[in-house]
Amino acid sequence: MKIRRIGIGAIALAAASALVLSGCATGGDTPSTSSSGDSSAIVSTNGSEPQNPLIPTNTTETGGGKIVDALFAGLVYYDEKGAPVNDVAESIESTDAQNYTVKIKSGLKFTNGDPVDAASFVDAWQYGALLSNAQGSSYFFADIEGYSDSADSPLTGLVVVDDTTFTIKLSTPQSDFPLRLGYSAFYPLPKSAYADMKAFGENPIGNGPYKFASDTAWQHNVQVDLVANPDYTGGRAAKNGGLKIVFYANQDAAYSDLLGGNLDVLDAIPDSQFANYKTDLGDRAVNQPAAIFQSFTIPNRLAHLGGKEGQLRRAAISMAIDREEITKVIFEGTRTPASDFTSPVIDGWTDSLKGADVLKFDPDEAKKLWAEADKISPWEGSFQIGYNSDGGHAGWVDAVTQGLKNNLGIDATGAPYPTFKELLTDEDNRTIQTAFRSGWQADYPGLFNFLSPLYQTGAGSNYGDYSNPDFDALLKKGASETDADAANKDYEAAQEILLTDLPVIPLWYSNVVGGHSEQVSNVKFGWNSVPLYYEVTKK
Amino acid sequence: MRSAGHFVAPLEETPIAAIDDVKVAEKPSNLWIDAWRDARRRPIFWISGGLILLVLVVALFPWIFTQTPPNDQCFLSNSNGGPDSGHPLGYTKLGCDVYSRIINGTSTSLSVGLLVIVLTTVLGVFFGAFAGFYGGWVDATLSRLGDIFFSIPYILAAVVIMSVLSQYRSIWTISLAIGLFAWPSTARVLRAEILRVKQADYITASEALGVSKLKILFRHVLPNSIAPVIAITTISLAGAIVAEATLSFLGVGLGSDVMSWGNDINRAQSDLRTNPMTLIYPSAALSITVFSFILLGEVVRDALDPKARALR
Amino acid sequence: MTGYIFRRVLQAIPVFFGTTFLIYFMVFAMPGDPVLALFGDKTPSPAVIEQLRQQYHLDQPFIVQYFIYIGGIFRGDLGVSFSGQPVADILARTFPVTIRLAILALLFETVAGILVGLISGLRKGKLFDASALTISLILISLPIFVIAFVAQFVFGVQLGWARTTVGPGAPIQDLVLPALVLASISFAQIVRLTRSSVIETSGLDFVRTAYSKGLSRKRIIPVHILRNSLIPVITYLATDFGVLLVGATVTEGIFNVPGVGNTLYQAIIRGEGPTVVSFVTVMVLLYLVVNLVVDLLYGLLDPRIRFVK
Repeated sequence: MKIRRIGIGAIALAAASALVLSGCATGGDTPSTSSSGDSSAIVSTNGSEPQNPLIPTNTTETGGGKIVDALFAGLVYYDEKGAPVNDVAESIESTDAQNYTVKIKSGLKFTNGDPVDAASFVDAWQYGALLSNAQGSSYFFADIEGYSDSADSPLTGLVVVDDTTFTIKLSTPQSDFPLRLGYSAFYPLPKSAYADMKAFGENPIGNGPYKFASDTAWQHNVQVDLVANPDYTGGRAAKNGGLKIVFYANQDAAYSDLLGGNLDVLDAIPDSQFANYKTDLGDRAVNQPAAIFQSFTIPNRLAHLGGKEGQLRRAAISMAIDREEITKVIFEGTRTPASDFTSPVIDGWTDSLKGADVLKFDPDEAKKLWAEADKISPWEGSFQIGYNSDGGHAGWVDAVTQGLKNNLGIDATGAPYPTFKELLTDEDNRTIQTAFRSGWQADYPGLFNFLSPLYQTGAGSNYGDYSNPDFDALLKKGASETDADAANKDYEAAQEILLTDLPVIPLWYSNVVGGHSEQVSNVKFGWNSVPLYYEVTKK
Repeated sequence: MRSAGHFVAPLEETPIAAIDDVKVAEKPSNLWIDAWRDARRRPIFWISGGLILLVLVVALFPWIFTQTPPNDQCFLSNSNGGPDSGHPLGYTKLGCDVYSRIINGTSTSLSVGLLVIVLTTVLGVFFGAFAGFYGGWVDATLSRLGDIFFSIPYILAAVVIMSVLSQYRSIWTISLAIGLFAWPSTARVLRAEILRVKQADYITASEALGVSKLKILFRHVLPNSIAPVIAITTISLAGAIVAEATLSFLGVGLGSDVMSWGNDINRAQSDLRTNPMTLIYPSAALSITVFSFILLGEVVRDALDPKARALR
Repeated sequence: MTGYIFRRVLQAIPVFFGTTFLIYFMVFAMPGDPVLALFGDKTPSPAVIEQLRQQYHLDQPFIVQYFIYIGGIFRGDLGVSFSGQPVADILARTFPVTIRLAILALLFETVAGILVGLISGLRKGKLFDASALTISLILISLPIFVIAFVAQFVFGVQLGWARTTVGPGAPIQDLVLPALVLASISFAQIVRLTRSSVIETSGLDFVRTAYSKGLSRKRIIPVHILRNSLIPVITYLATDFGVLLVGATVTEGIFNVPGVGNTLYQAIIRGEGPTVVSFVTVMVLLYLVVNLVVDLLYGLLDPRIRFVK
């Protein structure tokens, strides 16, 4: 049973080659085609049973995210190249990266006739941020003034000015804040939702390109049927009649359905088919980089892996891994060797960071560094990498440890955990005594999102307890820059610090590996592995 | 006053049971000796015995058969490579020698398989025999206990047992995890067979002769009911070896540095369409082993059944 | 008879408590924090985690959790899954599909297994017997994953004889292929069991008497041999029914059957106590019924066996 487990929380819908800054998201209002396609042309695609009711602020995994993104329209969406485009927003403006004024288009409606106004957004965000509502995405509102995760507290930074205008005040400047607004946590909700949120989650009413085909469209564990929403006027208007999202617990089943002609679009080829999918699908196969970064974390507290000795050993371990060969042999080219800590689809990515040589395979240098570290204190024991067996990680962990064994002459093995939750709990309690696999799928397209949650002192997903004041300072500086290039320069410098400290050993970027049937055309994949369903046309 | 219906002679008058006892003591031959005499005359016994011996030798002394280390000196450049000199069966996906891995995996797989069937047979025979033979509340208690064990999904049980015993992961603990929840199947089949056999005339006869209940169970009922247990158990051997693989796949098995056929079969699954041989070789080793045990089971079954003997 | 059935029904009560307690304890003993796992690599705020723990009573000691659950059952409330759906709804959705699949698989393995086993037993040591053994050996030494995948690829993708996965509503025709795959695992066991039983029965006096009376093989084989050989086979089939209900995880996954095996596996991995326990409870009750039926069948197959005293 393979479950896609890399960054379950990630569902943002974007590729960012252009960083949205204050005010620059005003243009680009793609004229609405509004020609919802042939109602019989239903495109079928793979999905998985949502783990929570379909409430945008509580949808933290890919299964529900795919559906929520089709049902709702936020202030902005991300186009094929990943550039943010205004959806409901007329304009999002700021002069100081801390105070934002949002104007929305007038006359928009939810599918039940409720108007989409400033309150639809502000109330939904207040709901999502309120502690006692226990919404999984509440931390997305953490930068808005008034947010608290210790007591119920309203977001005082949100003020409705009139029906089509509201203002946002952040507690600190965040230059990439407008970029985050395409994430599902920031979707609006109709007034009717609050009366019974649970019932709403079973049968959500949105303002997006699709809507539920009927009140019973969601057949649990089987599929959900969506039809095009004729009232949607934004840039994501559906060019097909609707979507049938079929839930699979096993990606092999979905792949067989694609080959058997029962499925039109598949966004995740199972790793057992990496060797075959190109011959099976020909030019209907897709393999392109995505915003998924994979690594393994070496906690500082491990013996011989901290301080100066640790720096040498970490570099040696990194250089003893032949990323080119592993991505070619184990992954059949569906991973791209990493050259930094982010992803090539993110604006500001570069493969020429100072010190990136440490990510190149160099067994001789690795041996030398390892021997140098041995002079400080001789190595003992076995180097282990913890991983969860329910995520299909065994293959590469074995290949990596085999490389360490061959090139460093040390004992190295994988340490499997039966379930993801066991691994996570051990990481969270800091009881894990080995290195462990780690990964990140971006919530929204920005370098900051790959760095801050993972390596900043005390950050939520900083399971290796990495802490470097210089790094923290650079991130803070970047966040308050109002110029995108200046911010990215700060993040580059921050990553160069990471390349010396190596809190995690970067391995590779995951690709989107998908395909489609002969029945459909114009299948384009977003940076985050999710196809742009509204663009797909069916013959 | 004696009733007129049945006349039963008092034992002191006609001590038949005592005579019966003496007879057994006088005659050196018993069920098992007869069985051995019968078995050794059959070529199939020597074939299966020879095969099992071979498997045992491979398990105990793998270095006689190969010098190639199974887990070191693996290079990705050899990934899924075909046979070449010194590596008659080619390479796995990680570039390890297939032949060496099969030879070195024999011991683990055979141990797990045998331990599991010993465990399920001992528990299954105990529960099944007493439940079937004594009936009543003994049956109710033992059978319902079996029902509880059998209702627990074995994945859950294995995950819990192996996680709790994660410090002591070994052939023993994994066999425990597999066997502890598989025995009710054996128990129920044996119970059913005993229910049938205990109605037979010779059992009634033994009872009438005053032979103790336990003795009847072990001397007469069990040997005559064991055939279906043998039939299931020899096949279960394969199930146990494959189950070890499934547990490794779920992350609650033995570590990936432990060689076993099951582990290799699982690892080879992703290359099913590109390099099926890495899957077929360990499966074949498994088949041959199970085959020899099935044949041996046949011989034992026939040998234990005096009627089958007489028919030949 | 009624008294016997009544006693057996009474026995279900301790089994119910024994099983639920044991299972709840096992789910509780599983390491790992289920709430943390809901969020993947992302970490929600600790307060949200605390909220969710309270919501699912995960902050309570084991015994309290167990009694909250049992109390709920007696009020007709089986609890909710982490996805907020009532467990009762999940049961009502998955069990019919899996029972259909299990019965179909049982049908295939019974018909094929008994037929092949019978012929093998009657022609012991002949070519048919040897071929049956070979096929059995191949089937049991391959993991179910391989059999399922090959069957799906050959019959579903290449030949197009069957739908590759099970469509909505799980119609019978879609279930045939996965049922055949499931049947293939137990096929070997049933063949061996039937064969062994047939060989034994064929040597018994009443069969020889039947032959010497001049009865035809057509009558002796089904009436005298087969009927008297079926007891161990039927017993095994009953235990196999239980395995098919919960153990079809891999096959259900590959053929995308929205059934018990799949759902239960996910619930175990996520550590959803109420879901797991409810599934296993339904399963153990079904299992008790099946075993009762089988015990009553014994009397039918062999009139000498009597439970009713």
